[in-house]
Amino acid sequence: MGNVLKAGKQYEETHVHEVYEQIASHFSSTRYKPWPIIERFLQELPAGSIGLDIGCGNGKYLAVNPNVFIVGSDRSSNLASIALQHQPHSVVVADILDLPHRNGHFDFAISIAVVHHLSTTERRREAIDSILTTLQPDGRALIYVWALEQGSSRRGWSEGDEQDVMVPWVMKGSKKSKVTSGQAPSDQVVIHGVEDKTFHRYYHLYRKGELEADVKAVGGEIVEAGYEKDNWWAIARPKDVK
Amino acid sequence: MKLLTLNFLTCARKTCKSNAAAFPLHPKEAELEQVETDMNPLFIKNILPRLDWEAMKTLTTELGLPNLPAETPSDEELATDGEPSQTAKDLHTLLMETSIQSGKLVCGNCEHEYAVKEGIANFLLPSHMV
Ligand SMILES: [Zn+2]
Repeated sequence: MGNVLKAGKQYEETHVHEVYEQIASHFSSTRYKPWPIIERFLQELPAGSIGLDIGCGNGKYLAVNPNVFIVGSDRSSNLASIALQHQPHSVVVADILDLPHRNGHFDFAISIAVVHHLSTTERRREAIDSILTTLQPDGRALIYVWALEQGSSRRGWSEGDEQDVMVPWVMKGSKKSKVTSGQAPSDQVVIHGVEDKTFHRYYHLYRKGELEADVKAVGGEIVEAGYEKDNWWAIARPKDVK
Repeated sequence: MKLLTLNFLTCARKTCKSNAAAFPLHPKEAELEQVETDMNPLFIKNILPRLDWEAMKTLTTELGLPNLPAETPSDEELATDGEPSQTAKDLHTLLMETSIQSGKLVCGNCEHEYAVKEGIANFLLPSHMV
């Protein structure tokens, strides 16, 4: 991104929120398989637990455990309406920095591939604080963010690369040549009878240790943390009763 | 949004969240819809102790729905001969099948109104409130 002065709420509106709103249904059609660590976190919850899925997207994680109650939220109303189908859960449109969920009340929260869309350290920490504030003292939050260290992925970023990047989302039109497998630099979806259209989303790529540092900076405690397939993840708990 | 949801939500404004007057939100001009879903008796039993019952009673009164029992129904009241009781069925209908399809949710503290459209409440704040 380069220009830090541009970062902030308005920047995210243009480079994150408006993009997801436009690519919602195509994005959703590519997001259906839950990740193992997230699936296990949700499956191990006692029946009757109540929680949040902040930035729930199409709601693929709402489908994992029908014995808990999740109030999902997403910034995109188009994605929220797709997520609405998953019983017994609920979905609202909300911003991660202004969640309507009651403070100090929930047993768990997940926020998968969301915090990295905030464009300053301060705002990313505020987002994590916002998540932890909704938890009861024994509550747990599972947070996933994209890693800078993605040496093995097709994107090929690694340590030393720029952390603030624009990642293309290509809606592939059938009028153009076929996608060559393995060479694609971005997510791609084929839409028949239309031209290619490329959208760019802003990401902050987390480096090793950065997610843990952000959690601790807002008074959270790390319960467990790790790396899984191009992502850093952490299970955090609130340190103090708020 | 199903009525159960409202037991977990407050005003999205930081200045309101810690204020008791911001919970529960008050429905206004609400269009209700019944959406039939399969009953999960265990889910109802597990979720009941987590509910703020006073807030549930306030909500049903404000929506003009039949009055709820004075206290949270006990486990014994939820089953008769191992089958879900009428109380359990009524709670399933109220919490899981009754949904605000459109209308507004009003904060009792700041009086801000959040719109509900096509069954989804929108808590995005106008920029001057953030
Ligand atoms: Zn308010």
